[in-house]
Amino acid sequence: MHTTLTPPESAKYLRLNLGPSHPATHGTLRVLVDLEGEIIRDMKLEIGYLHRCFEKMAETHTWNQVIPFTDRLNYVSAMMNNVGYVRSVEKLLGVEPTKRCQRVRVILCELSRIIDHLVCIGANAVDLGALTTFWYFFRERENVYDLFEALCGARLTTSVTRVGGMYKDLPEGWLEWCRRVVNHLPRTLDDVETLLTANRIWIDRTKGIGVISKESALDYGFTGPCLRATGIPYDIRKAMPYYDYDKFAWDVVTETGGDTYSRYLVRMGEMRQSLKIIHQCLDDMPGGSINIDDWAVVLPPKDQVYNSIEGLMAHFKLIMHGIRPPAGEVYDCTEAANGELGFFISSDNQGRPYRVRVRPPCFAIYQAFPEMCIGQTVSDAVATLGSLNIVAGELDR
Amino acid sequence: MQETDTKLLANVLPNLPESIQAAIVAVEDFKGETTVTLKRESVRAVIQFLKTDPNFRFDVMMDLFAMDYLKYSSEQPERFAVVYYLVSLLQGRRVRLKVFVPEEDPTIDSIHDIYKAANWFEREAWDLYGIVFNAHPNLIRILCHTEFVGHPLRKDYPSDQYQRLKTAAPSEGL
Repeated sequence: MHTTLTPPESAKYLRLNLGPSHPATHGTLRVLVDLEGEIIRDMKLEIGYLHRCFEKMAETHTWNQVIPFTDRLNYVSAMMNNVGYVRSVEKLLGVEPTKRCQRVRVILCELSRIIDHLVCIGANAVDLGALTTFWYFFRERENVYDLFEALCGARLTTSVTRVGGMYKDLPEGWLEWCRRVVNHLPRTLDDVETLLTANRIWIDRTKGIGVISKESALDYGFTGPCLRATGIPYDIRKAMPYYDYDKFAWDVVTETGGDTYSRYLVRMGEMRQSLKIIHQCLDDMPGGSINIDDWAVVLPPKDQVYNSIEGLMAHFKLIMHGIRPPAGEVYDCTEAANGELGFFISSDNQGRPYRVRVRPPCFAIYQAFPEMCIGQTVSDAVATLGSLNIVAGELDR
Repeated sequence: MQETDTKLLANVLPNLPESIQAAIVAVEDFKGETTVTLKRESVRAVIQFLKTDPNFRFDVMMDLFAMDYLKYSSEQPERFAVVYYLVSLLQGRRVRLKVFVPEEDPTIDSIHDIYKAANWFEREAWDLYGIVFNAHPNLIRILCHTEFVGHPLRKDYPSDQYQRLKTAAPSEGL
């Protein structure tokens, strides 16, 4: 079953296991390297340590029951997975969420993108020995998690969306609270930029490290910040706008280096753009219902369930049999924190998905890791790995 | 190809040369997405063409995965299918290609040398569905354990089945 690395020429190379217990690999990535001194001459990857067969489990649950599983894909920004999945189901059903719901989803997605980037940059800096930025960023992340907790009771695994709407509407005062959190973020970003962007050590450790060319990045199927760091301004929010992303004033951030430093700059820039989008959403939040008015898709209000036979029946049908999208196959993608998160779903008009396929952005990106590291040192590989933001939940599913 | 198919095809892939059109079995439109079904033997030729032809330049292979239609409600030409999802960033064009693969001979040509991305995606399709990609350089399991028997995403693999590992020892190589 196994293939091996190119046989070491005599005892010239030292074979070393980098992970899965290495701190930078988070217990889930095994990297086998052949070393000549400190220089990596060959590298092989083993993944699957966190494989839970999400796609198989999805086939045995109702459409709405799949949502909690999607939390566990990219668990650093769970809400984006929730939104990505229900968007596919809504496309198959042919329903459009209400304007208010769309706006709320945009706010949650952009907040998730920010905390995802915070974790990525923070953890990347920790791997290189810079602990301060990590604490600065995690304070902000806690603030955002408090917001999430107020909204849905969970911090990490949120399961906040439902097909046709949300788990529930925003609690009172949430928008003002959100504005306070968002207003506090730029100062932290400034602080961290002061600490890192022109820092001699940070630049030495990241500039020209883990470089990937434009052509290679496309060939490997890169998307998201890692692609934009090579100079290609591709962002699904601009290329195939959804939820009015084309109506907000914001820019796609690109850099041209294709290295770890460029990826850092892209993520820092994207957080500021996300803040811009959130502010525009907060300034213009439509009223009305958060859920669509179709009891074949969303649960009826509780007073209808308790006091009317129609409401009770609709509730019973949805809980026992679930929604029933028509037979067919659709693919829908959203711009998640790591790139194109696609859900291909196939239905044969039953209460359960026939097939749910996730297109995880990490999977394509991590495949290029050896190409980015061969010829560099082990410590450079650690710097590169952090900047790719590989989340094993999404990589292994 | 039927006449309606030709019209649909013109929307997503206009002005295809005869040789490539001959490889197309059917074109289907659903919810604004077009799926082009190809003959199994010409999958490499078509994908190579779509990637390199200056009119199309599908520079990204966004996704590649397999399907098992064993228990699907409507009749399908074959049990398995391999689905390719190509994207042209320049033109903002996306196309889904589907190739049916029979149960008794679940093989298809690998495209790992056309798109570097295909390598792992094909390994995954082999791991989970048992589709053999001809001429793939390293067709080994990628998500499941090396001792795993069978292909878990096939519809005849029970979702509650357990397998006990024989050894706890890590693998020597990869």
